[in-house]
Amino acid sequence: MDSEDEVISVASSEEMMEDQDSDLSMGGDYSDVDLDVDDPDVGFETQDKDIKPKRRPYEVEFNIYGPADIQSHQDQQIDEVSAILGQPPEATAILLRHTRWNKERLIEIYMDKQDTLLEEAGLGKSLAKLPELKKVKGFVCEICCEDGPDLKTFSMKCGHRFCLDCYRQYLAQKIQEEGEAARIKCPGDGCNKIVDSKSLDLLVTEDLKDRYQVLLTRTYVDDKENLKWCPAPNCEYAVDCRVKQRDLNKTVPTVHCTCGHHFCFGCTLNDHQPAPCSLVKKWLKKCEDDSETANWISANTKECPKCHSTIEKNGGCNHMTCRKCKHEFCWMCMGVWSEHGTSWYNCNRFEEKSGSEARDAQAKSRQSLERYLHYYNRYANHEQSAKLDKDIYLKTEKKMTQLQSSSGMSWIEVQFLDAASQALQQCRQTLKWTYAFAYYLARNNLTEIFEDNQKDLELAVENLSEMFEKPTDQLSGLKVEMMDKTAYCTRRRIILLSDTAENLKNGGAHSLRLRPGSFD
Amino acid sequence: MAAGGHKRIVKELSEVTGDPPAGTKVRLVDESDVHIWEILMDGPEQSPYSGGHFKLLLTLPKEYPFKPPVLNFQTKIYHPNVSNDDKGSMCLGMLRSDEWKPPNKLSAVLNYARNLLIEPNPDDAVEGGIAEQYKSDRRGFEKTAKEWVKKYAGKS
Repeated sequence: MDSEDEVISVASSEEMMEDQDSDLSMGGDYSDVDLDVDDPDVGFETQDKDIKPKRRPYEVEFNIYGPADIQSHQDQQIDEVSAILGQPPEATAILLRHTRWNKERLIEIYMDKQDTLLEEAGLGKSLAKLPELKKVKGFVCEICCEDGPDLKTFSMKCGHRFCLDCYRQYLAQKIQEEGEAARIKCPGDGCNKIVDSKSLDLLVTEDLKDRYQVLLTRTYVDDKENLKWCPAPNCEYAVDCRVKQRDLNKTVPTVHCTCGHHFCFGCTLNDHQPAPCSLVKKWLKKCEDDSETANWISANTKECPKCHSTIEKNGGCNHMTCRKCKHEFCWMCMGVWSEHGTSWYNCNRFEEKSGSEARDAQAKSRQSLERYLHYYNRYANHEQSAKLDKDIYLKTEKKMTQLQSSSGMSWIEVQFLDAASQALQQCRQTLKWTYAFAYYLARNNLTEIFEDNQKDLELAVENLSEMFEKPTDQLSGLKVEMMDKTAYCTRRRIILLSDTAENLKNGGAHSLRLRPGSFD
Repeated sequence: MAAGGHKRIVKELSEVTGDPPAGTKVRLVDESDVHIWEILMDGPEQSPYSGGHFKLLLTLPKEYPFKPPVLNFQTKIYHPNVSNDDKGSMCLGMLRSDEWKPPNKLSAVLNYARNLLIEPNPDDAVEGGIAEQYKSDRRGFEKTAKEWVKKYAGKS
């Protein structure tokens, strides 16, 4: 039940994103996002190809393949190359795996030095004859030391002959225990000949064949640079994306698996737009190193700036009201909340201190720690808030179910909460990474634009998050406003990601620049 | 299948005990279990381990010979390819499951181990520090190795 809901909610938020695309220039009319279920997810594949590409600057092209697709892709390529080389499909499959599915290179090498290639791939000379089982007079199996005229034996072209039982046991060991498939060698001492699929068909017992196929598919995806497994647990889809490893400093290839998981194709971590992979890696390393400091703990509990009671945050919203003295303040900057409002929301910016202070070495190190903590606290805060938002949503969801039965609201009428929750999660994910990203940014005009975008998104998110914490009985009255805010958040996120992606892609002097040494 | 494995092990055991590789002695720890062998290996003369007597344990997994045997030094030894802990494991070359082939014989394993005492393989080391020293400071390495022989591998 739960997981079903999850799937539906993900799908609807996806569709909402699609709608946002075309509505980007049309202002914030909430009706545009009113769960346009019937705006079909057209065009990524078919019609739109000829028209203008619908992709936004931060989106990359990708395809999702299931196990059957992956199998048929392999078969297709094997057939194709088999016809070119004039080799039977079994041998072609081995050759393709040998050259890690690089067709062009395989054909080139094959034309150039066929004999060496066949030898290296473990195929040796002449493949014409079908493999068969034989009884050989006077044979003693080198593995189990059994002999006898009725012993069934097998050998490939290399002539290393063993009894059928041992051969089978050997293959079972390799396939089942060691997870090998494409590159199992002849059991003969020092022999590098690969066991081909016809021999395997003859030898492998039925119960191992499925496992063998799965493993072959695995190596196919592992071998191809443009294919990666979705890292979600138990997900069996693979993603095809053409973004090259060397371009990862200029683009952040987030892909969306059919299972609902969003991840980065470059590093397979969870979606971390807009920060590039290398910065993410550095940042995570840094946070890991520093996470045990008392400062980290301070990110989770704070003291009321007025009465100094210790306060633990229990919701996603940053607008805090002290239980004891009723003082209202901002969780991020600890300033008085009334100063923030909508016009004076300035707490995402870290003001660099003057140069004279920085001259002092000690002050400098304090400054750099302070600078790091500034970004880290905001990064960790959004991560934490996203969790709390989700907790609140789960509680609300329960209440909404009760409300549904008591007030007669329909299931579809409470879905706006779901959409809002999805948007909050996604936006906080993005915000979190903007802070990691900003930590590595050098200061220039574009950084300010970036920070403005960040501020706008953050304000929108906090607004929505605050509404989320309202008591359940007020929520139905806030429906229209919440949908409006949800749409706005999504739109701000798109703008931030688009701007940043364009900047990264263009590079050069007029773009976001990293502090020296950030890409080392 | 298990019976097949047994037949082979018994055959190998009688071969190895009847005609052991140079400088080694083999016996079963427990006469009723052919899967655990005790090896006494003399340090090869042309190595810093010369004069030492090393006790090793050779354990055959139940999948043997489809899985490689496991070799542990019970006597402490200063060597890049033997782990410096209570296990004293040696796991490289033919002892690794991806290089092991079922026809490989235990006598070959013993020869392999003995040859590693003569010529360590610092490029596939389990003890990185010792490997580094072996490559850059051969004298220092041999000195420590000899000290360890005196300390741990004397006549028992």
